[in-house]
Amino acid sequence: MSRQSLSLLKNLGRITSRSGIQTRSVTYMPRPGDGKPRPVTLIPGDGIGPLVTNAVEQVMEAMHAPVYFEPFDVHGDMKSLPEGLLESIKKNKVCLKGGLKTPVGGGVSSLNVNLRKELDLFASLVNCFNLPGLASRHENVDIVVIRENTEGEYAGLEHEVVPGVVESLKVITKFCSERIAKYAFEYAYLNNRKKVTAVHKANIMKLADGLFLESCQEVAKKYPSIAYNEIIVDNCCMQLVARPEQFDVMVTPNLYGNLVANTAAGIAGGTGVMPGGNVGADYAVFEQGASAGNVGKDTTEEQKNANPVALLLSSAMMLRHLQFPSFADRLETSVKRVIAEGKCRTEDLGGNSTTQEVVDAVIANLD
Amino acid sequence: MARRSGSILSRLLANPPPSPFTAPTRSITYMPRPGDGAPRTVTLIPGDGIGPLVTGAVEQVMEAMHAPVHFERYEVRGNMRKVPEEVIESVKRNKVCLKGGLATPVGGGVSSLNMQLRKELDIFASLVNCINVPGLVTRHENVDIVVIRENTEGEYSGLEHEVVPGVVESLKVITKFCSERIARYAFEYAYLNNRKKVTAVHKANIMKLADGLFLESCREVAKNYPAITYNEIIVDNCCMQLVAKPEQFDVMVTPNLYGNLVANTAAGIAGGTGVMPGGNVGAEHAIFEQGASAGNVGNDKMVEQKKANPVALLLSSAMMLRHLRFPTFADRLETAVKQVIQEGKWRTKDLGGDCTTQEVVDAIEMASNSDARPLPKFGDWDVNDPATAEGFTVIFSKAGEDKKTGRSTSKTTSQRKQDAKPAVKKWLCFTFS
Repeated sequence: MSRQSLSLLKNLGRITSRSGIQTRSVTYMPRPGDGKPRPVTLIPGDGIGPLVTNAVEQVMEAMHAPVYFEPFDVHGDMKSLPEGLLESIKKNKVCLKGGLKTPVGGGVSSLNVNLRKELDLFASLVNCFNLPGLASRHENVDIVVIRENTEGEYAGLEHEVVPGVVESLKVITKFCSERIAKYAFEYAYLNNRKKVTAVHKANIMKLADGLFLESCQEVAKKYPSIAYNEIIVDNCCMQLVARPEQFDVMVTPNLYGNLVANTAAGIAGGTGVMPGGNVGADYAVFEQGASAGNVGKDTTEEQKNANPVALLLSSAMMLRHLQFPSFADRLETSVKRVIAEGKCRTEDLGGNSTTQEVVDAVIANLD
Repeated sequence: MARRSGSILSRLLANPPPSPFTAPTRSITYMPRPGDGAPRTVTLIPGDGIGPLVTGAVEQVMEAMHAPVHFERYEVRGNMRKVPEEVIESVKRNKVCLKGGLATPVGGGVSSLNMQLRKELDIFASLVNCINVPGLVTRHENVDIVVIRENTEGEYSGLEHEVVPGVVESLKVITKFCSERIARYAFEYAYLNNRKKVTAVHKANIMKLADGLFLESCREVAKNYPAITYNEIIVDNCCMQLVAKPEQFDVMVTPNLYGNLVANTAAGIAGGTGVMPGGNVGAEHAIFEQGASAGNVGNDKMVEQKKANPVALLLSSAMMLRHLRFPTFADRLETAVKQVIQEGKWRTKDLGGDCTTQEVVDAIEMASNSDARPLPKFGDWDVNDPATAEGFTVIFSKAGEDKKTGRSTSKTTSQRKQDAKPAVKKWLCFTFS
């Protein structure tokens, strides 16, 4: 009996002694057969992409998570997505990717955007929140930015009317606006969020953003317990840096969502730590939350000190999506412990560890 | 001799004790050309919401300083169909306009009058200087960013149509002509103001042709200014860098929409849109308004309680005074405003205080009139040492005399309302030409 109580005591000591981060004490009851390993398409990408996706692979292996990866070699300067890639994703339904570097200038269109359009991943979600132990200039930040992913300014329809004059089309449809609004309210409802804010510039772009706002207002009527308000995007940017605690869930069209997500990620600790993903009716692609197309600088790649935290937290979201919640909890707890302890931090968080050191710390902290 | 020392004492005691912010007045004397003192007329558009409140503040301070500026006021409301003809004529005549915000209704029907004014007068550059104000604590230090934003085209062309019900297309137009002139303006600004770096903000990885054209123009102009560093940044990364490391930015040149967002973000990190000065300028005309978020007319509560922050418009009117070639007045006004903010006693709600607009204006007027004698606070002298009270007696009797003869420079509100005569009559040394 004393042997039992000894091991019990040891377990208790272990859980509470690690920087106060508690493991969740809920037991999940899986269905028979849920433990079967799931294949996930993996796109390492360019720049720091291979480094951080490799970090995820290592951690998954260490956890013995029932996930195995099918890697595909894609680079940002390819003309179009490779043959087997789309089929693989359609089969697996889930994909994890690093960034694809889109060349600036004419010629090649963005493969990140192509992927989202082909798979109709219409919602992009970034959760920007203060991590315990990571000091930032803003407190009480917990914002989820839900951004329409397929239309808007990113339609890619441009033409040169006469030499020296270019027109770029921003397309807003009721269909897309409605479904992103529905997704945002549904997200708020399922995650016990109190407020949804629509970000727009309808005083200038009256028809386009006006249509977006109408759709949001209609959906808001169906969720009377969730507060709904609207904010013009320039005021929004200013409020984000002045009083970020007023925002909860934000639903935005494509371009504003990009900017708002990056700003919110920046105030909460940086794009190196915020998790996020893209989801559609049938498929989901998980990548670094904000600034997903960012492939880092050459020095980051050489010195191998890219921050793997964002992709690790996104892969925890992926594990939940695949119905493996206890693995997701373990991974998140471990990552948060490593950040709270503050000993292993990459350059963007103020430390000087390499990616590998952070990964080793995360693996060591897994229970 | 005791009498003389009494007056010396009174003069010494009359000067306010040196505040921690030793506001250094610039020691350069400006040599004006003969006739430069002629009062200039400026079109004034009070606008909606808090607009009349803050433009009223500017008028009061101008009067208190005896600045050679005379305002032609025009009533324009945001829900008018278009800007009245006479207003445009007035601005074309005067070349300079000062305005409060015009509230643009959300939704279809009425187009933005702020935009219309800028397009008609071809005011293509909007400038916001976002800088930490000494004494105003913010989360970010070392912020000194000037955002130069193209004002006439881009996403704000206002060209939208509904293709089929439920599908809307909005045109973003970028032309080489406009991109080139805004780039030229930005580099010229940097050159004239001894700035080291110009950063172009874009999203050319997605909008390759449109923002690509903008970037090409910037690059071409950059070649003509080899002493100024030029770099480019994608707008989403830019937003993140602004909140993480704002000290890396100096001058930023942007197309219309990004400029709006970047300016508001930069204003927010440096202290709020209530204090940043800015203006719009074209080849021939200039309009001065609150720097960032110029269309913001405040909320109803702010209008009722009269607690809008007049600092931004006051600093913009200082820019206007420089534009009109009255640099001494501009310096006095800016110094007074900065002193008031530094002292921290008179701040409106957005800066963490609880004053009304009028209280801030009074404080600024007091600070800007260096020959005004403030009344001493009771209890400042040592009761046990009668000598310290002597100076005060002189001041009190002087103040009493001034009141009797009506020559005092500091007025009560009622007095100010009473003599709302045209400012012309008070100036004895200026003549109309």
